[in-house]
Amino acid sequence: MDETRTKSGTQVETTVLGADEIILNMGPQHPSTHGVLRVKLKLDGERVAGSECIIGYLHRGVEKIAEHRSYQQFAPYVDRMDYVAAVSNGLGYCEAVEKLLGAEAPPRARVVRTILTELQRIASHLVWLGTHALDIGALTPLFYCFREREEILKIYEKYCGARLTTHAFRIGGLQYETYDGFEAEVERFCNDFSQRIDEYETLLTENRIWLGRTKGVGVLSAADAIALGVSGPVLRASGVKWDIRKAAPYAAYDQYKFEIPTGPNGDTYDRYMVRMEEMRQSRLICLQAIENIPSGPIMARIGKVLKPPPGEVYHAIEAPKGELGYYIVSDGTTQPYRVRVRPPSFVNLQAFDQMARGSLVADVVAIIGTIDIVLGEVDR
Amino acid sequence: MADDPSKKDATTPPSGGGGGTPPKADETPAAPPAKAAEPAKPAEAVKPAAPAAAAGAPPAPKPAPPPKEAPPKPAPLDNELVQRLKARFGAAIIEPTIDRKQAIVLVAAAQWLEISKYCRDEEKFDYLADITAVDWPKREKRFDLVANLYSFAKNERLRLKAHLGENETVSTVVNIWPTANWLEREIFDMFGIRFDGHPDLRRMLLPEEWVGHPLRKDYDILKQDEAWVKENLGIESGQ
Repeated sequence: MDETRTKSGTQVETTVLGADEIILNMGPQHPSTHGVLRVKLKLDGERVAGSECIIGYLHRGVEKIAEHRSYQQFAPYVDRMDYVAAVSNGLGYCEAVEKLLGAEAPPRARVVRTILTELQRIASHLVWLGTHALDIGALTPLFYCFREREEILKIYEKYCGARLTTHAFRIGGLQYETYDGFEAEVERFCNDFSQRIDEYETLLTENRIWLGRTKGVGVLSAADAIALGVSGPVLRASGVKWDIRKAAPYAAYDQYKFEIPTGPNGDTYDRYMVRMEEMRQSRLICLQAIENIPSGPIMARIGKVLKPPPGEVYHAIEAPKGELGYYIVSDGTTQPYRVRVRPPSFVNLQAFDQMARGSLVADVVAIIGTIDIVLGEVDR
Repeated sequence: MADDPSKKDATTPPSGGGGGTPPKADETPAAPPAKAAEPAKPAEAVKPAAPAAAAGAPPAPKPAPPPKEAPPKPAPLDNELVQRLKARFGAAIIEPTIDRKQAIVLVAAAQWLEISKYCRDEEKFDYLADITAVDWPKREKRFDLVANLYSFAKNERLRLKAHLGENETVSTVVNIWPTANWLEREIFDMFGIRFDGHPDLRRMLLPEEWVGHPLRKDYDILKQDEAWVKENLGIESGQ
């Protein structure tokens, strides 16, 4: 294995191997890497002695594309980054541009946005739960999770015609009014979902195999998590009570009551529990929101041609996977001068090495799953 | 023509500290005047390429924007944090501004490491949310290095900025915020900025042998490393 090109690898020194050490290449074509992630593992017997993530296979140059599109034209592209949480991506981008413009979406639009985004959080966590459990060996939850997710996707389809890359929001508000029976459908889903989530927990929470595969696996301390820039459920499971929905409320989150779950140990099991509780909280937010959707316009008066005054803005939202930030620089023209996406998956994935070091090679699969990455967002 | 002096004025403030932020500086002249004068014009150079590039895509509505009134200058920022920074680092704190209610502090690149360390240790900005760069090819020092910090204790964000020249290096902040490792690698990949003392400065997203740095403004959207594509993918061109 000629590795001369890989100079100064801090993580995997492939040129110097101990007697019992081997290099194991995992991915990019591997079902448990959730896409095209390649992980080079240095193994000492069954133990992981070092790792290196090799990414970029899905790099599409989204940030470069943004510089060649108008502000509105770029909005659909952001859906293609974290494609299991497209609505959240859209919310972050639209709000960032609104901030840049000095505009604000009308109250009705903000509440509808909140509902759809929280449904998206549930849908994203369901994909995570199903695939994560599947990776570890529990086949059943996948089918249940996708059954419930389907209900959410149907709501999206009725709302805007698309299921995954929805482009549900527009800069300044919403393109579409909610359909007849929207509130009733969201309410029905939320009411059903309460028992469904108990079902998942019946399958997993006290399951001995599940406990054995997740407890004490991939531990990340709070200090390490902060130093590594980790955000979202991974950070909260390490005991840091920080959620941007509370710290810097956007959309309509300041109107609703919800809890921020945290975990005591920062292991894979805690991250599981945190995300389960987050789904419950999202459900509660949706129920609160549909009770009182204000009437009124759904679109702010911002004009058809957007020319934000020169300047820059950084706007972050709590996406299902963590802090999703948009740093947009305007030069006063109709096209952004620079759009930087701060992707939660990319930054969280950096903690993989810290979490995997010293664990068994079989747990690597659990650790990749627990970080909840989407390669479309890692590579952009 | 009238724009040229204004642009010159605008480019100076980083060092002098009089006018708008650097972004402002470039954009004002970039709007209407002759593109022929400056090949590397950020906004202009890019526009013609776009419609040609996306043959199918609808052309962006892109008339040359006439600058009606002077763009609003970002207000100077002067709070306790800035005063403490100035007391500590003096002239290295070049220009604190506030834009869209967000605090931005332009600092000297030479002191990037010390100021970062101070911000983490003394001002409790313990979370580096993001670090990135912006290319302003017409400016004397073409790159903005931009770090977005967050403080859990204060629930406050702060943006540090530094200007870097074409071949100028800057000290890495990996030892202050380990998260900077991949983020700086991505900057190196996309802009070609080198970080002194970085433990593993390799390309992040593009293949290691790739030539060029795509997020520079003079890197056309259709451009790619033809040789790499031909050798590794066995095709003439992706476009």
